[in-house]
Amino acid sequence: MDRIPILRMGDTLLVTIQVDMQDQTALTLQDDLSNQIAKTGASGVMIDISALEIVDSFVGRMLTSISGIARILSATTVVVGMQPAVAITLVELGLSLDGVRTALNVERGMELLRRSRQENSFGH
Amino acid sequence: MREEFEALLATVREEEKDVVDAWLTEARLTDTGARRAAETEARDILSHLRQALESGGDPSRLDSAAWAPLREVLGDLSKTRAAKGQSAADTSMFLLALKKPLFSSLQRRLAANPEAMAASLWSLSTTVDKLAQHTVGIYQQAREEIIRRQQEELLELSTPVVKLWDGVLAVPMIGVLDSSRTQMVMEALLQKIVETGSELAIIDITGVPTVDTLVAQHLLKTVTAIRLMGADCIISGIRPQIAQTIVHLGIDLQGVRTKATLADALALALQQTGWRVSRDK
Repeated sequence: MDRIPILRMGDTLLVTIQVDMQDQTALTLQDDLSNQIAKTGASGVMIDISALEIVDSFVGRMLTSISGIARILSATTVVVGMQPAVAITLVELGLSLDGVRTALNVERGMELLRRSRQENSFGH
Repeated sequence: MREEFEALLATVREEEKDVVDAWLTEARLTDTGARRAAETEARDILSHLRQALESGGDPSRLDSAAWAPLREVLGDLSKTRAAKGQSAADTSMFLLALKKPLFSSLQRRLAANPEAMAASLWSLSTTVDKLAQHTVGIYQQAREEIIRRQQEELLELSTPVVKLWDGVLAVPMIGVLDSSRTQMVMEALLQKIVETGSELAIIDITGVPTVDTLVAQHLLKTVTAIRLMGADCIISGIRPQIAQTIVHLGIDLQGVRTKATLADALALALQQTGWRVSRDK
């Protein structure tokens, strides 16, 4: 079974989805990611879906729930590189991914995470 | 060859010129130029009709191979007439005018044999009817083709995505927003966002005559898709009447930034991307 690798870059966990997501893969990823956030105490999660061309409602919901889980574990999630076709599909499915932050590419995503980290530290 | 068509074939063979003359008179073509053009068409049709009958084509089955050349001639005729803007009625009337001269010729030939005459006339009548019907069918197809092409052209015309500033795109929406239009605009805009890496898109709806719940829903869909991509969106060009309509309809545009004019939207975009415009004089 496919297992999506989770890379650690400093305070950020990086997930690059490069295969078509099966429901089981998505569930495993959600599980792994929650464990990793808790274990490493990461403050940011970046999910790169630029290679993802097919989504269904399950994957859409998975993105929302990962973001929710990460927030509870005090990490910010940013989804980067969504393809136009994927965006249109999600909208047509009625999924607006509320609460999930998005960025055009990995660079902008990193910038967004850095800013949110600063805001959080000011808040403390 | 069935016998009721023998008299018809003889007529077409021997009296071609007379039939054409009578036909054009029957079709009431008084204008010399139009008459001359129609004469060529009439000759063409008659000669193909003759060939089809000679090769033993059964007029009751117009879609068979023997009738293919005649079908083609008729198709060309209707297409040129459709392109010229003549009505379908005129086109079929022209063909139906062929009945009278052929009728009178058959009457003369078969005067001694009323039964054969009745049979011949009936087959002739159905044949010409079928030809006319075919013409109208082709005519309609040609017109629909024209309409479809114009629709496509209109769709493409109405979806330009322009770059206003570094990292700022704009789409001036013009005309009524329906699902297919929105879909096209959305695809074009999202594609451009990916290509240029722009973080901000301005949708200008100055040219949209009315905004109802459906249009608002389409707009919101576009905004959501842009957000999912990781860019941001401003809607501009909201006229006072449209603002009133939106509020009266209870459409929730909260969370979407709106501006009255494209200039205001650009100013906001510049401010957000950190640009400052200063004036020298």
